[in-house]
Parts: sequence; structure tokens; C-alpha cells
Amino acid sequence: MSALPPKFQDWFALRGWSIHPHQQQMLDQADAPALMLIAPTGGGKTLAGFLPSLIELSDGQHKGLHTLYVSPLKALAADIKRNLRTPVDEMGLPIRIEDRTGDTSYTQKRRQRADPPHILLTTPESLALLTSYEDAPHIFKGLQRIIVDEIHALAESKRGDQLLLALSRLQTLAPDLRRVGLSATVEDPDAIAAELARHPDPCAIINADPGPDPDISMLITQEKPPWTGGGAKYAIPAVLDEVKKHKTTLIFHNTRAQAEIFFHNLWLANTDDLPIGIHHGSLAREQREKVEAAMVAGHLRAIVCTGSLDLGIDWGDVDLVVQVGAPKNVKRLVQRIGRANHRYNAPSKALLVPANRFEVVECVAALEAAKAHDLDGDPKGPGPRDVLCQHILITACAGPFDEDHLFQEIKTVGAYRTLSRAAFDDCLDFCATGGYALRAYDKWKRLLQTADGRWQLRDPRAAQRIRMNIGTIQDTDTLKVRMKGNFKPLGEVEEAFAATLTPGDTFLIGGQVVRYENLKDMTVVVSRRADKTPKIATFMGTKFANSTQLSQRILRMFDQPDWPELPAHTAEWLSLQRQFSKLPEANRILVESFPHEGRHHICIYGFAGRNAMQTLGMLATQRMEELNLHPMGFVATDYATLIWGLDPVDDPAPLLQPDNMRADFETWLSGNAVMKKTFRGAATIAGLIERNLPQARKSGRQATFSSDILYDTLAKYDPDHLMLRITREEAMRGLVDFGRIEEMLSRTAGRIDHVILDRVTPLSLPMFLEQGRIAVAGAGQDRILEEEAARLMNAAGVSSL
Amino acid sequence: MNAYTFDFCGTRCIALPSGALHLPDHNTLCVSDLHLGKSERIARRSGVMLPPYEVHETLQKLEADIATTQPQQVICLGDSFDDLDAAASLKEDMLIWLTRLQAGRLWIWIEGNHDPGPIDMGGTHKAAMTLGTLTFRHIATATTAEVSGHYHPKHRVAGRSRPAFLCDHQRIIMPAYGAYTGGLTSNAPNLRNLFKGRAIAILTGHKAIPVPVP
Repeated sequence: MSALPPKFQDWFALRGWSIHPHQQQMLDQADAPALMLIAPTGGGKTLAGFLPSLIELSDGQHKGLHTLYVSPLKALAADIKRNLRTPVDEMGLPIRIEDRTGDTSYTQKRRQRADPPHILLTTPESLALLTSYEDAPHIFKGLQRIIVDEIHALAESKRGDQLLLALSRLQTLAPDLRRVGLSATVEDPDAIAAELARHPDPCAIINADPGPDPDISMLITQEKPPWTGGGAKYAIPAVLDEVKKHKTTLIFHNTRAQAEIFFHNLWLANTDDLPIGIHHGSLAREQREKVEAAMVAGHLRAIVCTGSLDLGIDWGDVDLVVQVGAPKNVKRLVQRIGRANHRYNAPSKALLVPANRFEVVECVAALEAAKAHDLDGDPKGPGPRDVLCQHILITACAGPFDEDHLFQEIKTVGAYRTLSRAAFDDCLDFCATGGYALRAYDKWKRLLQTADGRWQLRDPRAAQRIRMNIGTIQDTDTLKVRMKGNFKPLGEVEEAFAATLTPGDTFLIGGQVVRYENLKDMTVVVSRRADKTPKIATFMGTKFANSTQLSQRILRMFDQPDWPELPAHTAEWLSLQRQFSKLPEANRILVESFPHEGRHHICIYGFAGRNAMQTLGMLATQRMEELNLHPMGFVATDYATLIWGLDPVDDPAPLLQPDNMRADFETWLSGNAVMKKTFRGAATIAGLIERNLPQARKSGRQATFSSDILYDTLAKYDPDHLMLRITREEAMRGLVDFGRIEEMLSRTAGRIDHVILDRVTPLSLPMFLEQGRIAVAGAGQDRILEEEAARLMNAAGVSSL
Repeated sequence: MNAYTFDFCGTRCIALPSGALHLPDHNTLCVSDLHLGKSERIARRSGVMLPPYEVHETLQKLEADIATTQPQQVICLGDSFDDLDAAASLKEDMLIWLTRLQAGRLWIWIEGNHDPGPIDMGGTHKAAMTLGTLTFRHIATATTAEVSGHYHPKHRVAGRSRPAFLCDHQRIIMPAYGAYTGGLTSNAPNLRNLFKGRAIAILTGHKAIPVPVP
């Protein structure tokens, strides 16, 4: 056991602290090449990460950079700098600590490159940028440790892949580098540890005492939850009561629009004028910072928020977390709750508020999963190749490179350990020549091979443009919103939403109802309008799909003979479903057919998550169109797809036949808007589309054109191009989620229960009130038109002209 | 018919859904802002290599319009090439294709800000030209009865923005015909101010659809 040096012992004693067991373990294993700590918030996690560095640096002998700290958020880097200063100053340690983010000044950045501090706090993007400089070997010479904070969050996204690629570079520049990851509770620590370590190095995992289990329950209200909808308006009085009973309450929502609507309604009911704020990713930065500051200062009793509050911000003294709507994902819920209540060893308190009847079932399932520590998560695919392309370009910015060395280096990154040489060569070819079937760029290749076979930029000036476009975070196209006659932005809305507005339309932003006036210099100008009910704010945030594990748990609940754990109204509803039709089973697909309001309906219970059920709706209606069943439209939720049309479906089997479905999927996919959106993301990361140009131009004329044109051109002339292959793979996993349809089909293996009824069933009822209905443009519409024309002819007393 | 026919300063004009303007009484087809060689120029300048198929795509569209309208004269209304070097570096097969399109008809290259000098290619070079009552030049002036391009106008209806002709009784501003061209929205002041009072936009796409410009 490594003892703390006397200076450190004194400092701990002075503060009345004793070293936590996991801090001691981190110290004992400080020499390990890779180490991961899993600890709850408030457990001295940061100090555990930095302690070995502080001790190693305390003798003042180390020259240059010793420890890099990487976190997903700039704000976190600044926070940590402040928190680290305390022990360093109080012990009088000769350690220079600086941060480096997008906000750091140009002169400061230049100085850091010439004379790096001992400890540098930064983000994955700023680190990638640092590795792109020619003097990277000088900057990172002698680097001993890298601490990756919130690695569980980074590991879920391409930012993590970019970071670990940059780490492989650093390891070459500084072979003694040891890696440390700090993580919240996760379902598969070994997978994250394997990503952190240099492949095939092992990575030890240290588990801190997770503290007592959180106290989570479901809010039971007098009023029954509605059949459908996400607003949870019924629960407002009960939630307000809870706010009054606690010091600070965080009220989480799954989407920004829901947060806005809830906040609006909360204010209308807030007769005591409790200070309540709102915080989500579409609000202007100034406004968010104001709320954060008020929260830290303890001035707010409640904050209505979305996932944007999840990371990096010091929550202060939050004693209650409310989750409105089913959590959809148990891991996220547990991590969120774990962050409330900073008192170590005191249980955090959380309340789930189901927004509708079905969500009661989902909430109960999530509660049981949380109690059983059964966290969910889908295994990550192999390292994305668009990020790899960007990494190749970044490497070229730093100077000529040898392709074999680079390939070997990339293979040390866990996520890319299975990367084939052919796949690597594809990416290199894309970076060098564009990778087109028509080899058009002989003269203007981006990368050239020198006489000794190494690769370098054809035009060194291109490095500036590549550096300007480093990063993997996708901004959706958003427009700023500001009040008329006032230049301060209120927030942002998606461009697609802004396009649907006509002057006079009202929507919610930042908790207030505003009226759309006009679009000026790419800014949405609005005026205040409190008297009208708002048109819904459809800026999205993410609509999460239910995790596979949670869906399975719900299906298991359906299998029970009765449901003592459910509120009476919900248990009764399930009993009715069992009596009139049947409850869906895990290894079978239930299909219900019934007439309603003159249309034939079928409801397919596939439990594959919202995105997949939506895709299923597209594919099934396409097949119905071919079978002349005249589908009219469909709507999808996490658990079912409801389709209506003019003809009954006598046999649902052909609609769910795997081979048919795969073939239809191919055709449908290529023309799909989701593909174009996914393409834009991948092409931007891979360096085919530049987000930032050296001189930002005033008007978009000629400078930019839609990436859809590039997608269409490639699909037409070069369908096997690398970017299209990447796009397909990502769409399959992401928004289209065909993977879960495949999973559903293999799980049920053709076992379809078709129940034919004469009326709407209890379980399908909520589907009728669900928003987001999609009309099918096809023969069904034409037939309606003909029928209507015939009806008018008859009414006029003529049968033909 | 998917085209839109209208009278402009006494001349019958047909706006084609592709973004070309057909003047049947003069047996003339007019296209603007082809920006041929754009991907080559971007690669040369920035290193970014866009799919190199835009010349092919643009010529294919032009070939189809020529086949339908069988014009005796084709006017390319400036910015036909993304720059003069791009014109000089057109691939052999594309040059042959262009020559084939030119065969048997008058071909006028009006110069634009992207291609201000003469190019080493068949056809006649002009700064501007007149045809009957109409004047053709790249950038709009105060002249009336003028057909020009340059601005790449686009117009938005029902949430969809499409390249569009903008016209009133004094001028027509043509949409960009090239495959890789962005656009300027019709309510941008420097574009909207060229039109006094009422103007219409003719959207391109599957069908040429006229709409009033607010």
C-alpha cells in the first residue's frame, strides 16, 4: 500500500478527511498502464483521479506536461481547475494548472504550445486539434497520465472514438503514458475499460462504494393519467406539492417541447410564485447560464429541464429528482438520480411521473430494473469510419506519415481492433483521392505520397481548413429566435420548424408564448403574446426509443396472472385487454384487426422501440399497397404500430415476412430523408463537407448548396462509395433501427397471433390519440377522391355526364 | 405539359421545369449559371473533393432540354464555368459531349463574373446580346426587358425551397442550372429590390409552378 506523503497526510488531517478506500486503491495502482474508477458523484472521484499526479508533481522535478484531463464539457474543465487549485494552493505545491477549450484566448493557446503547464484540462476536440500541430511531439513530450472524466458518456458517442484515436497518437509520442478513466455506474464496465486501454493491454477496474440505493418511487395522483400524450398535465398539482416539500427539485423531461409545455402549465398553477426556472439545449446560452448560476446559488426551488442538465454542471443541493414520462432507459435514469444529493452515503430521492396509462407500466418496469441493478444498453458497433477519415486528415496536418505505422497505431484503439487493412485503405484512399469510381482528381489530390512513400497534404494551407472542421458533434440546422426590437437571443428552433411558421403563428420558447413576426438575417423575429394558446413547439430534442431490455421487462410483466404492483386503474386496463383480446407475448407477435370509424385497422405489437416501429409502419404499408389493401396511414409508439386502410387484412403474415421485408427495406431506404440526414453527418465528419470556412460569408449564395444534392449524385453515379456505405450502416443502427426489426423477427420466428375483433381493444386505444400520424400517399387516397367525386355526382342527381 | 408559358415584353417565354427558358418564336433555349467544373475548382482551391459527377449531371439535363426543344440557338447566360481554369481542365469526354450538343446550332457564351474572359471552346463570346425586344446579360442592370442570371434565386412555398425564375413585367432572373449550385432566397433584399411591386416566382422541379412573390 502506498502511503500518502506527509504533506498530503497533513492536508487531509487539516480538513478532517480520511482517504476513501477507492482513492487509496487508485494510488496503489498508479503505475498500471490503464485503470478505470467507477464511483458515484460526491465520492471524491476527481481527487481520486488527480491524487497520483499531484504526488508525482509535488517535488517540482517534472518539466513540461505531466497530466492531461479530458472531459466532455468545457464548463467541467473550468470547474475542475477551480477545485484542483484548493489542494494545490493549500499545500503550496509547485504545479501549474491550465485549461484549454474553444474559449481559451489565442495568445494563451500559443503560449501553452511553447511552454505547456504540468496539468492541462481540455475537451476531446481541443485535444484532437493539439495533435494536429507540427509541434505535437514537443507539446506531449514526457506526458505521464491522461484522465478521461465521464468516460461512460464519451464512450457512447463518436466523441469518444475521436478521443481514443487521439490517445493512440499520444501513446506513440509519449510511450510512458498511463490512462485513467472516471465513470458513473454503467451496465458493462468491461466494455468501456477495453475501449480505454491500449489494445490488448488489460485495464483494472476499481469500484468505489456505490452508496445506498436511491429511493425511487412512482408518483401516485388522485387523478388518473390520461390514455395518451406526453404532457403529464394531470400531475402538475402533485408535482408542485413535492416542490414545496423539498429544497431544490429537478424536473426532467424526455423532449424539449414537453419541457416547455410542462413549464408553461407549471407557471399557470404556481400561485405561490415559487422561483422555478427552465433549462434545455434550445435555449440561448446566456439564458442557460443564468439559470445555472441561480441554481448553484440556491435561488431556485425547481428547474424544468432535459438531458442538457445531465453532464458537467454542478447541481448544487438538489434533494429531489422528478422524471416526467417513462425513462425509456434505466441506465440514464440511475445516473441522473445518482447525481442528485451530494452528501455521500445518503440515498438520493427520485419520483417517476408517468405521462399516460401505458407509461405507468413502463415506469413500474423501470423501477424494478433499477432496484435489481439491471442496467440496459445496446452493445456498441465497431469504430466508425467517418471518424477514422477525420483522424487520418488530422494526422496529415501534423506532418508526413507512414501508412503502415498509422494502421498499427489505430489497431491499438479498442474500438478499431478488428479494423481490416482493406477498410483502412478505403478510408485512406477517400482522404487522398476522394475514393470515387471515376478517378477525377489526379491533379488535385488532397494527400500525396512523397518519394519515401509517406503521405502528406498536397497543399499545406489545407491544414487550416481541416483544423477548423475538427470534431464529431453534429449541429442540427437551427435558427436563432429573438424578440422584435431586441437583439438578445431567446433560443433556437430547428430550421424545419421555422419553415412551417407563418406570421401570426404562436409557439412556446423559454416558457413564454411568442408570436412569429418574420425571418430576418436568418433569425426568427417574434413578439410577446401571452393570451393565445401556443401552436406546439416541435423543436425536437431526441425522442428516445425504449431500450430492448426495458421492452423485455414489460413483456414479462404482461405474462403475470395479475398486477398487484400496478395502480388499480392500470391493472384493470390490462385485465380488460386479456379478457377481450390477449396480451402480447415475448416470443410472438400479436396482431389485432378491428373496424373503427369506417376504416379497417390493424395493430402490430412488436415492442421494438419507436424508431423501429416507425420503420415497420413504412414497410408494412408499402407491402399493403402492393397487395391492393389501400392503406391510408399509420402511427407508431415504442410498442406497437397501428395501420388503418380501406380493406381488411385477412392474413398479416405477408406483411411481416422477413425476406419481403428486407427487400422492401432496400428500396425504401435509398430514397429516405433519414438517409440524407445521416449522410450529412458522416460526410461532415469525414471532411467531405466543411461546416466552417475561412471567411464566413454573409449570404449562403453559391457558397453552400444542400448536401442532399451530393447524396443524390453519389447514389446515382457512385452507389458503392465509402460515404454511402457508412451512411447505410449508421442508418440501420440509428434512426431507421432496422436492427431491432431483425431482432423482433428472429425472436418471434413467424409466430404470429392474429386476433380479429369487432371493436377497438383496450391496449390499442392509446394509439388512436397518439400524435405523429403519417399518411400513406397511394392508391387509397385516389380511391377516396373517386368515391367522393361519385358521391357528389349522385348528390347532384347525375350518374354520368 | 409541365412547363409554364407566359408573355414577357411581347415575347412568348416557356419556363421549363429544369430551369431553362425556351423562346419558341426565336427558336432559342437559354440556360444560366451552369458552373461547370465546380468540383474541380473546389478541389484545386481547398483540397475538398466533391463527387466529380456534376458536369455529367448538368450536361445530361441540358441534352434532354435540347432534345425536347430542338433550338437553333443556345444562350448560356454567364458563369457557365466555375472559373477559367475549370473550363480549361474539362475532361476530354465532357468536351466531346459539349461539342456534340453544339453541333448544328448557334451557341452563345455570355460572360459572367466567374468566367469573364474568352474560353478555348466552340461558340461565340459576348458580354451581352439582344434578341428581338429582349436583352440578355449575366448580372441585372436598370435596363428593362432584360433576362439575367447570377443570383441563383430560390423560392420557398409550403416549407419547400426550390430554384425559381423570378420575373415581373421588366425582367426575368433565371435560376442556376448547374448541378452543384446553391441559391439565394427570393426575399433577400438585394434580390427582391430588383423588382418593383408585383413579381412572380416560377418554381422548378417536376413541374414549373408559378406563385406570387410576397
